[in-house]
Amino acid sequence: MVLWELFHTFFMLGFVSFGGGYAMIPLIETAATKYGWMTTEQLTNMVAIAGMSPGPIAANSAILVGYSAAGVAGALTSAVAILLPAILLVILVASFFMKLHHHPIVEAMFYGLKPLVTSLIIFAAIKFAQSNGLANFDFTFHSISLLLIFGLSLFALMKLRWNPVYVIIISGLVGIALYS
Amino acid sequence: MSGEWTKLWQLFWTFFKISPVTFGGGFAMIPLIEREIVEKRKWLDNDDVTEVFALSQSVPGAVAINSASFIGHRVGGVRGALAAMFGVSLPTFIIVLALGISYFFIHGNPKLEAAFVSIRITIVAIIVYAAIQTARTAIFDKTTFLIMLAGVLVLFFIHPVVAIALGAIAGVISIFLKRKLGYDVQLKHDKAKDSANNPDYFMGAGI
Repeated sequence: MVLWELFHTFFMLGFVSFGGGYAMIPLIETAATKYGWMTTEQLTNMVAIAGMSPGPIAANSAILVGYSAAGVAGALTSAVAILLPAILLVILVASFFMKLHHHPIVEAMFYGLKPLVTSLIIFAAIKFAQSNGLANFDFTFHSISLLLIFGLSLFALMKLRWNPVYVIIISGLVGIALYS
Repeated sequence: MSGEWTKLWQLFWTFFKISPVTFGGGFAMIPLIEREIVEKRKWLDNDDVTEVFALSQSVPGAVAINSASFIGHRVGGVRGALAAMFGVSLPTFIIVLALGISYFFIHGNPKLEAAFVSIRITIVAIIVYAAIQTARTAIFDKTTFLIMLAGVLVLFFIHPVVAIALGAIAGVISIFLKRKLGYDVQLKHDKAKDSANNPDYFMGAGI
């Protein structure tokens, strides 16, 4: 049952979604390929749409994956599943542990969690680079143009400090000019 | 209408209005929260906002949703938390769903497909950028660097949820060992102490 698969995937994700956003892509990718919701390349498109919208990347991606797998019901199921753990934990923490982030054990946990969140994001980048042809060094026009798009996108983000949404839109126009 | 319902409606509507600015992560909300919640409604003061954003990062989930829920809880208890959470989530849910439906509607169009060949590569660049932004506060000594490196390697073999659990355990064990061996223990990047005051650190991290 697709709705149940969506629910338990994103409910579980909701409990471990530290550092939110792109760190959750490996988890979504594992489930998406396991249950056959979509390929990694299609998931990259969903993450792109998630990045063009306001709102958290993880929740937006979950909503889009849910919509793609089971329509509006799937989108709603995924949204509720990912929000439920957060609201439960916020109410719990707000009622009993307002000083949670100053607790020594919690601080020690985050000492290890933060680098691991970085690992997850690096892993997501490797996976997406592989499945979108960025790791093919065959020196054709296509693969060289992809490397250039990658380099220029990173330059616009890091040095020019452009908003990611504008970088995505301009990249789309470049794609239409080059590949259609 | 009782005062309680008015307050819940105000919470819902305040976050409903703020929500659409959260491009690239919840930290973009901070200036608006300061204006709407601190100056206009006077529900919290600026120090509370800093504390709420720090606390929001220690609970799983998005910073935007968690901080809204925490503020809602402070103002109106459990019902306040729910009102704020719905307020902050509803606009972005509608926007992302509308974009998704439009995408699937024109899916297969050659121009759209061509655009996405390039966009998918830009997404890889955005993720690399997010990794760099996150690393700036997460990696500040040899141990954190090693955890990051080991994390990338083990992710090729184990489920991400297991890796996250191992990361937390590795943090607790290494801090314990460092204390036992008498090392100076630094738990955070210096500059990261007031991460909520430096939202730039997390811009583009998508959290």
